[in-house]
Amino acid sequence: MSKSLSSLLIPAVGGAALVLGVSYGLATRSYRADVAELAEKQAAAAEQRAAAEAEKVAALTMQVEELNTSTTDLTTQIEELKSSVVPAGLGDPLPEGETFSLGRAATSDEVAAWNIDIRYDGQGLPVGSGDALTGEELYTDNCAMCHGDFGEAIDRWPVLAGGEGTLDGEDPVKTIGSYWPYLSTVFDYVHRAMPFGNAQSLSDDDVYAIVAYLLYLNYIVEDDFVLSNENFTEVRLPNEDNFYMDDRADGELAAFSEDACMENCKETVEITARAAVIDVTPDDAAARERLEAAAAAATDGAPEADAAAEVEEASAEAPADEAPAEEAAEEMAAEADDAMAADPELIAAGENAFKKCKACHQVGEGAKNRTGPMLNDLFGRVAGSIDGFKYSSPFAKLHDEGFTWTEETVAEFLAKPKDYIKGTKMSFAGFKDAEDIDAIVAYLRTFDE
Amino acid sequence: MSKDHKATTSRRGFLKSAVAAGGATLAAGAARGAEGDPAILELQEWNQVLGDGVDARPYGTPSQYEAHVKRRSVEWLTADPISSVNFTPLHELDGIITPNGVCFERHHGGIAEIDPAQHRLMINGLVEQELVFTMQDLMRYPRDNRVYFLECAANSGMEWRGAQLNGCQFTHGMIHNVMYTGIPLRYILETAGLKTNAKWILPEGADASGMTRSIPIEKALDDCMVAFKMNGEALRPEQGYPLRLVVPGWEGNMWIKWLRRIEVGDEPWHHREETSKYTDLLENGQARRFTWEMDAKSVITNPSPQAPILHGPGRTTITGVAWSGRGSIPRVDVTIDGGKNWHAARMSGPSFDKSMHRFYYEFDWDGSPLLLQSRAHDSTGYVQPTKNQLREWRGLNSIYHNNGIQTWYVNEQGIAENVEVS
Repeated sequence: MSKSLSSLLIPAVGGAALVLGVSYGLATRSYRADVAELAEKQAAAAEQRAAAEAEKVAALTMQVEELNTSTTDLTTQIEELKSSVVPAGLGDPLPEGETFSLGRAATSDEVAAWNIDIRYDGQGLPVGSGDALTGEELYTDNCAMCHGDFGEAIDRWPVLAGGEGTLDGEDPVKTIGSYWPYLSTVFDYVHRAMPFGNAQSLSDDDVYAIVAYLLYLNYIVEDDFVLSNENFTEVRLPNEDNFYMDDRADGELAAFSEDACMENCKETVEITARAAVIDVTPDDAAARERLEAAAAAATDGAPEADAAAEVEEASAEAPADEAPAEEAAEEMAAEADDAMAADPELIAAGENAFKKCKACHQVGEGAKNRTGPMLNDLFGRVAGSIDGFKYSSPFAKLHDEGFTWTEETVAEFLAKPKDYIKGTKMSFAGFKDAEDIDAIVAYLRTFDE
Repeated sequence: MSKDHKATTSRRGFLKSAVAAGGATLAAGAARGAEGDPAILELQEWNQVLGDGVDARPYGTPSQYEAHVKRRSVEWLTADPISSVNFTPLHELDGIITPNGVCFERHHGGIAEIDPAQHRLMINGLVEQELVFTMQDLMRYPRDNRVYFLECAANSGMEWRGAQLNGCQFTHGMIHNVMYTGIPLRYILETAGLKTNAKWILPEGADASGMTRSIPIEKALDDCMVAFKMNGEALRPEQGYPLRLVVPGWEGNMWIKWLRRIEVGDEPWHHREETSKYTDLLENGQARRFTWEMDAKSVITNPSPQAPILHGPGRTTITGVAWSGRGSIPRVDVTIDGGKNWHAARMSGPSFDKSMHRFYYEFDWDGSPLLLQSRAHDSTGYVQPTKNQLREWRGLNSIYHNNGIQTWYVNEQGIAENVEVS
């Protein structure tokens, strides 16, 4: 800015001075007296004018300099204002090009402890092997209670076998055999995250055996098959080639980027599907009744104040929630009283130890049967007596015999479940530590009425 | 007041009795039916007696009258509540920020309760130096603050075959939008030093499901963050405390919670959550994989089945949210007649890239039934498709990435229902 001002003004002023100087020189060369006199007068006048012009030039130059200075000042001020007024924004640049020497080198043992993932091409597979028959036993003990004896799944747990030829049908069944592209994924997941609630408890050979059995369940290998790190990548799953990279950019994006119609886009509109007909939404009766009452009041043409009053009334009733909540609070208080008698630390330890059980068993308010029966009011309960739970066969016999759960029987069962009740479906191997068992009993006690 | 008594009444006593008399007059007036709103005419309890002092609520919670505003689940969706999902109550929220306590949850092995002093982040694989960080080490990097939406790829997944769940909490609630404080992932990767063949990363969670996903290195170096705060406070345990990955605009499953390790490799891993799950099965039986970006989407949150119009005909405000994994949302259209005619909604800021946007449409409701829809336009020019347009490309078995236009039918009483229209 300042540069452009001086480059415009200074040449203009300098040019005027040059023209004046030339006219003065011409006048002094006159020789006739009158002419000379006139010329002298003219010259004097010219000199005066020149002096005046020179003063003006000086003044203008001063002004230009002043302007230059003030422009610089203004520019500085603008920059200052910019930095002080414009707020920092989301996404402002961060430091770049710096190196941060933070963290420390990982030891090779540390990396080995965590780096257990297996890639699709088998990278990361541990040395080991297992056969399908061994796998069947392991699977029955560790997996079948959720995934079913034949990988058909119980309830909504993942189906692991079958489903061939269903992917383009109405009800696709996506299993290891019908859908999964790579066997490595089965090994990786079972090895790292299964059994549900007791992750990383299986040995490498166990995992090879279970994966071999899963292949057998999917008719990919025979029952004498032995899977190992040596032959692992030779096994290909049937659906590998039916996956391809996201191709939305090749068609959908263009199709969905056309101008949108705003007016008279269609002549008629019909309702073609209704959620109320399907009726699978979890009901919040209190909220629904409150809202419906309020809506009804609003459209009855009642004055607004009345409508508001009705809403208030309705909402006073509506927290049908509230009563149970109070009851629950009372219950909790009662529980707390019970707990006072017991050792709070022991109960807390029990809650912690119960983490090994809660993949299958629920306790507390609203506890339901899951893979295992719910365990509220366990003590004094006759074995196998929860309605609606499908017990394994030995429990029917115990039930008929009137076998009752007490602190003692629960403790004995938890030490070695499979020895205590032969044939139980409960796959848990048992607590080795007697303190854990005491703690769990104390914890379960808090769910007695 | 007896005469004797009056004679002995002190000034203070007089004042007291005057107040009592005044109170009695007021109560009597209300009982006789003084004209007006009892909320004004009657002295309210909170206006008279003292409330809780400052330390009664050392970590504040919402008003007791907001107790119904909570995450809710759909029990029949999953076998068990541990590997399951619940939903954000979108119909109870406004603006663009989701409060931490109602951000939807999706766990595959339950909530890991991690002591931050015992938490480590490991970088291994194709790097010059395999590294381990404590939480304190990470805090020494320059931090950034960003607002991003996180949407589960299965959001609206129950609606592929038709209108099913009655409430935007259930149809659209697998999303939240919070401000993250964290570190650009590239800083950490640069500290470790990427080898030239580093093409993918595998972030891993410390929870019992050991969650893993493959992410291309370009994304990792672009805008991914390692975050430890949400909306200014530590991540909630159910959102990955103490550390989670932020993968802006991409499906929520990739935002690994309880982040403990990032492996660098030269090819994707093809783990469970990117093969057996989170792949989009199409009509011909083939499946798309690595469908990372979330398509532009919107939904009207009020009115909706859980939030009917209660005030009757007249001035009515429609509001909702819109978002896109490819940019921002400059425009949302709203229709009240099932898509015959559309109106530009009023966008309300702030507008951030890959963040939720808020829109409003105000109109005079004549009390006749409405078919409400919203249609998002994102900054790339993409226009949210109808459910039928989507089905033409994807079929009915895709489960994931359902961003079709949602319709609410509102009857004369203002009750709203999830429907589909021709």
